[in-house]
Amino acid sequence: MTSARNNLLVILALIALWQLAYWAIGDLALRPPLDTLCKAAALIASEGFTAHLAETMRAFALALGIAVVVGVGLGFCLGMSRLAGEVGEPLLVSFYSLPKITLYPIVLLIFGIGMPSKIAFGAIHGIMPIAIFTLGALRNLPPVLGRTSRALRLNRWQSAWTVLLPAARPEIFTGLRLGFSLTLIGTLLGEMFASQRGIGFLLMQAIGLHDTDVIMALTLLIVAFAITASMALLAVDKRLRHGAA
Amino acid sequence: MKRATAIRLALIAAIVLALELLTRTGVIARFVAPPPSEMVAGLWRLLLSGRVQPAIAQTLGKIAIACASAIVVGSAVGVAVQRSRAVADAMAPFFTAYYAVPVYAFYPLMIAIFGVGEAPQVVIGFMLAVVAVVVNTINALDRIPRVLHKTAAVYGMSPLEAARRIYLPHAGPYLATGVKLAVSYSFIGVIGAEFIMSRVGIGHEIVFAYNNFENEIMYPLILFVLLVAGTVNGLFYAWEKRLLSRRSRS
Repeated sequence: MTSARNNLLVILALIALWQLAYWAIGDLALRPPLDTLCKAAALIASEGFTAHLAETMRAFALALGIAVVVGVGLGFCLGMSRLAGEVGEPLLVSFYSLPKITLYPIVLLIFGIGMPSKIAFGAIHGIMPIAIFTLGALRNLPPVLGRTSRALRLNRWQSAWTVLLPAARPEIFTGLRLGFSLTLIGTLLGEMFASQRGIGFLLMQAIGLHDTDVIMALTLLIVAFAITASMALLAVDKRLRHGAA
Repeated sequence: MKRATAIRLALIAAIVLALELLTRTGVIARFVAPPPSEMVAGLWRLLLSGRVQPAIAQTLGKIAIACASAIVVGSAVGVAVQRSRAVADAMAPFFTAYYAVPVYAFYPLMIAIFGVGEAPQVVIGFMLAVVAVVVNTINALDRIPRVLHKTAAVYGMSPLEAARRIYLPHAGPYLATGVKLAVSYSFIGVIGAEFIMSRVGIGHEIVFAYNNFENEIMYPLILFVLLVAGTVNGLFYAWEKRLLSRRSRS
């Protein structure tokens, strides 16, 4: 309960800060919170917005699905053998920290402009953190679990599915939380750069037209979605950890 | 460990070789990707021609400024926030949500505040990097055992002296994680900002080449960015690892 109250206080503080920034900077590039909220509501109700939203959500859902499956799979492949982990981890980490936006022209050349590019770009962002966290989670499991599955004569699949996955779930979920955020930004970036539909496209269009109302409203919607999802995932994360402890 | 390194290098070499073969035999069309050997040769020619040096210098300068200021401001904010448990806990979900926010959406705002020059790109790099430093500073300070605070009190150390002699050496490796992330995020932020809307810098040069179908310029530049970012990140990664392993030995 206190954490909910604290979160509310932080949100109120952010809104107050926003209002202060508006008073300080003026009408040039900012809109006050209340106006933005009205504009966002109008935008949601406006014709055609649902199609853009659905487009983005579909790309995001597919990208996240790919990122989770490939990320966890990759993490397991590398995490179940010590040597594979040592070989692969520096590669994963260095790919994770590269400015992936420089790869976007290559993604476009391979997948063309449109849905597949967006999905690929979102998934590229999400796979690495998920794989890194899965790998770390498997490495930190107590060795007794490995001995248990050997004693029970489980094969690789069985031990991965029935022993390792449940034991490593809280850590993996933390990786999923991070992967969620990064996949979202990856998808949006993909839309901003080369796309004819979607929220990112609307945002880029508004930036091109210097339509501050729409920029602020869209940013508010994205931020609100990101923060809500992040809080929900954090709550699940906490529950998983307490359940495991 | 030696064996893993050897396998890793062999793996990278195999991938590059496969790419070379696939592009040479035309399985991967030439307009999609030129052979790696041509990318390297192209990069060499491009660097010799001196055409891109100003853009490179500009971009690296911006990254350095963004990164340094993020480390300074981030550590200060982290120390301030960590003093109150309630504030730090309340901020946690916002820190994780922060990286889902497309910071680039604030670019028009930045231009309105800081003008059309290079400052907005530096600010974007700073905004991406600073939160990683704050989070890792809080994490590092949280990990200082209470006994060390007591030790400082017993010796009657001033806060500054305690920070220098006890807290910093203890928290060093975790702070290094923040520094490492700040480096890679300022790369991502600055180059991303150049990519989307800018008239200068390596990011802009890449987009310009892409829009003109100049693969022989675009790929070498991408290779250059990946090599520089990869090397710098790799150095910081190794540095962090060394600090951490020193910790586990002592």
